[in-house]
Amino acid sequence: MNPEPTPRTCPAPGSRSPARRVPGRRGESSPGLQFDEPLIFERSRPGRRAASLPSCDVPEVSPGSVIPSHLLRDEIPGFPEVSEPEVVRHFTRLSQWNFGIDVGFYPLGSCTMKYNPRVNEEAARLPGFAQAHPYLPDELCQGALQLLYEIEQYLCEISGMARVILQPAAGAHGELTGMMLIRACLEDRGERRRKVLIPDSAHGTNPASSALCGFDVVQIASNRQGCLDPEAVARAMTPEVAALMLTNPNTLGIFEENILEIAEIIHRQGGLLYCDGANMNALVGISRPADMGFDVIQFNLHKTFSTPHGGGGPGAGPVGIGQALTPYMPVPTIEREGGFFRRNYDVPKTIGKLHAFYGNFGVLVRAYAYIRTLGPEGLKRATEVAVLNANYLMQELKGTYDLPYDRLCKHECVFSDKNQARHDVHALEIAKRLIDYGFHPPTMYFPLIVKGALMIEPTETESKETLDRFIEAMKAIAREAEESPELVRQAPHTTRVSKPDETQAARHPVLRWKPGTRNPGAP
Amino acid sequence: MRYIPNTAEDCRQMLERIGVETIEDLFSDIPEAVRLQRPLNLPPPLAEGELLRHLQSLSERNTRADSGASFVGAGAYRHFIPTLVDQLLLRGEFLTAYTPYQAEVSQGVLQAVYEFQTLICQLTGMEAANASLYDGASATAEGALMARRITNRDRILVGHSVHPEWRQVLTTYLGKGSVVEIPFASTGKSDLHWIKDHVGPETAAVILQTPNFFGTLEDLGAAAEIAHRSGSLLIATVSEGLSLGLLQPPGLLGADIVAGEGQSLGLPVSFGGPYLGFFATRQEYVRQMPGRLVGETLDKQGRKAYVLTLATREQHIRRERATSNICTNQGLCALAATIYLTALGKEGLREQALLNLAKAHYAKASLSRLPGWAVAFSGPTFNEFVLKVPTDPQVILRRLFAQNIVGGLALQRFYPELDRHLLLCVTEENPRTEIDRLVSVLERK
Amino acid sequence: MDLPEDLKYTREHEWARREGNRITVGITDYAQKELGDVVYVDLPPLGRTVSQGESFGVVESVKTVSDLYAPVGGKVVAGNEELVQKPELVNSSPYGEGWMIVIELSQAEELDNLLDARAYRALVEGQGS
Repeated sequence: MNPEPTPRTCPAPGSRSPARRVPGRRGESSPGLQFDEPLIFERSRPGRRAASLPSCDVPEVSPGSVIPSHLLRDEIPGFPEVSEPEVVRHFTRLSQWNFGIDVGFYPLGSCTMKYNPRVNEEAARLPGFAQAHPYLPDELCQGALQLLYEIEQYLCEISGMARVILQPAAGAHGELTGMMLIRACLEDRGERRRKVLIPDSAHGTNPASSALCGFDVVQIASNRQGCLDPEAVARAMTPEVAALMLTNPNTLGIFEENILEIAEIIHRQGGLLYCDGANMNALVGISRPADMGFDVIQFNLHKTFSTPHGGGGPGAGPVGIGQALTPYMPVPTIEREGGFFRRNYDVPKTIGKLHAFYGNFGVLVRAYAYIRTLGPEGLKRATEVAVLNANYLMQELKGTYDLPYDRLCKHECVFSDKNQARHDVHALEIAKRLIDYGFHPPTMYFPLIVKGALMIEPTETESKETLDRFIEAMKAIAREAEESPELVRQAPHTTRVSKPDETQAARHPVLRWKPGTRNPGAP
Repeated sequence: MRYIPNTAEDCRQMLERIGVETIEDLFSDIPEAVRLQRPLNLPPPLAEGELLRHLQSLSERNTRADSGASFVGAGAYRHFIPTLVDQLLLRGEFLTAYTPYQAEVSQGVLQAVYEFQTLICQLTGMEAANASLYDGASATAEGALMARRITNRDRILVGHSVHPEWRQVLTTYLGKGSVVEIPFASTGKSDLHWIKDHVGPETAAVILQTPNFFGTLEDLGAAAEIAHRSGSLLIATVSEGLSLGLLQPPGLLGADIVAGEGQSLGLPVSFGGPYLGFFATRQEYVRQMPGRLVGETLDKQGRKAYVLTLATREQHIRRERATSNICTNQGLCALAATIYLTALGKEGLREQALLNLAKAHYAKASLSRLPGWAVAFSGPTFNEFVLKVPTDPQVILRRLFAQNIVGGLALQRFYPELDRHLLLCVTEENPRTEIDRLVSVLERK
Repeated sequence: MDLPEDLKYTREHEWARREGNRITVGITDYAQKELGDVVYVDLPPLGRTVSQGESFGVVESVKTVSDLYAPVGGKVVAGNEELVQKPELVNSSPYGEGWMIVIELSQAEELDNLLDARAYRALVEGQGS
């Protein structure tokens, strides 16, 4: 039986109706027509296909004549068999079930969900880039090498660092690279330092990346202002400590004011200072990590430099380093000799390689396009407006939501659910209720030092009207938490599915479709 | 600035609400000493048209794989990508979404990942696959780390015939000390006798690539048996994903982990990235896997739903004890592969693989008939192969470049002992006329 | 909060029940409530020797992971196989069907380091929840 799509426009009973009266859902984010869509495997019919292949213009080869039969496979049971219109419709439907920046406001803290410019997509698809093979000799790929060379220069200027490594494919990959460089540098000095200091407000990738490098993680508590106390750093700093990993502004969106003093403490005892650059959107054009005393920083081009997140990547996590770490750079480095660009594999003390080739080149092209579009003033303006938008949101919401650290924020602000928790309405439920109002939820329960955290990052690419609508929705939810808490607890009401059972998913994982199983939800 | 909606007037109103005079005041917490006191020294802004002209001219300084004839593969393969793949990727709801943490507004991405996981399982003959890793090289390294966790052993034996740059990534991740290379035999395959002699109670895993860097198919089944006898795991890596359309999946040959590169399944060569690391294993090892996983469940009203699951393995929960530090992966690339494989379908995938097989064998036979040229290794091949050539391969390649032919990869760079050897790749994108032209250019004295 | 009087407790919220030389181990009612729905329990292989206070496994809920610590040292002689398929037993019956392992006690005096029900109650009430 071919499961035919069923329109789901008729109002579902009960819980779905309250949301329809909700203010703040004017058009922008209407769920619209929603159709069921089975798994592609369930759409399959023998003999259908969606691709045409060239005819074989050379003598055909019987696989058994050139490959031993035990190395040849049988037909793949259950592999998709669908026509081209079905492929297009299937994935178009699936696309409609997602919230993206193109759909609406996406204030996911720490993720910098800014507009992803369309021209960047065009840039990465230019045939001269998309069709350039990574093993072309230098003289046949001068354009690609020049672009890599130049974006390295730009990121050096933005961070103040001596060199930038372009290989890492994501932020965490960059962290790993940075920590490996630190380890290599210390070992080269004949020091075996085992520990890395990490504040309790840090991203989970920081301890994970350190551990992958063989370091033991020592956690440092933030102070009551949400920052790191130089005294606390001094107490933790011993000759055993290789580095301090610090996010600045930190995950509360607060600038670490004592950064110079902290850097001095770490450096005096021979340690290195690592900057998690996830929050660079608060700094570009304003302040440079190298000038703060950082020795290493990873950028997240998919945050600060507008490349799309793609539902989970690809990103790019270039790593800026000070002079002391340059002897250990992964290979190849990109060098310029006169007007000629070349890949240099001769780095005697290199840590090696982090990526098969040179990193996520297509993502670097997009970030390059972004930097060239904005120019120096535009980049600074973006930072300024990002910080303005965040402070505006913080100002307008702080009477309604608990603000544990009430001070200037940078690109994001962190509230807690304390006021609403009194009515047994928690961060998760507030977040889910925001969906009914047409907004993507903020980051929840992070940083870990704020109980019931709601971490909001508006970015510079949102208008005041959008922020105002969001503020209105947040206030309305706060009222609902008092007056009709159950409405909030049961949210979302407007989505295809609501509150999937994560416990069952984890207890008895079903991670793939198998032939013979049929979608229980299909009509 | 066209990406910033707020006007000066909007900003003024907002500043007034905040209760400060200027935007500058919002940065008063950043000490003067660390403030940049000058404009960034970057090129001035470009209008959209100017930008595209600039990038166009840069891009034209590269030789395109699709202009002239190209016979280089070596971990980055040129295959035709149906138009619909990219058209669908450009849908903003896919392109501009974050990792699907909020299941209710991410069902499309989640279902697509679930389909991807299923397709990878089908291709590799495995029971569970993750949502993607960075590339084939880092997936292989993650596989080795996982094998260490499972076996509580340290030593990794890796084929010298595994992609050289992947091996370099492997040793960067694991440290050189515990990685030992397996020599290859005259067949181009890894030496099974050597493995038998060197695998032991300290060996966590044996890593073989198939088809390997020389294009030769490894005897995975025999290697698996040897590895398992000493309690080690077999990790199979794959750099040419299309081969899985024709070859016995590693999972059915005894591999415990399959880690590979999915670039050839719907992604352009794009100067080396973004690509697609795929990773699959047996059900029993699922909780030791790195990376994100999507699972099927029901929602509160009993409707089928998809969620990220088994998240306790991951860095945001387990922090320093996570199975990997990976967070952002290659989501959109996994979607590309999902659409590509769906478009090709059961028959198309196999036909595509057969087409590659036929073209490559035609080229291999034609080239090996050139005077002084010979097939270097006797083992079976798919769409890549190594030829021993009579003169300096660099001279040959330069001659071909002059004729607008990218002629392959000289192996000397990675294998000094193979100083007269060329690695060539032939796909469905190389019409017979191109192959014949390659041969005729080389025939000329 | 259910706190059987006849058990001994650790500060990390494991309980220990003595039957001769055999010590059955699980996590407390308080611990299972704090964790929420348990989705997975990772137990050590039989025959492994653990020392007092050493981590012998982990218990996972959807969004947290906790180490399990041995209340006493000795050899692990049994593990609750049923938890593989039914981790929810830890929630529904923390002191009964949700037991985790049995340790063959090597030094009886180690039991003296554990808390009795009253002291454990004071501990968790002090932590508030």
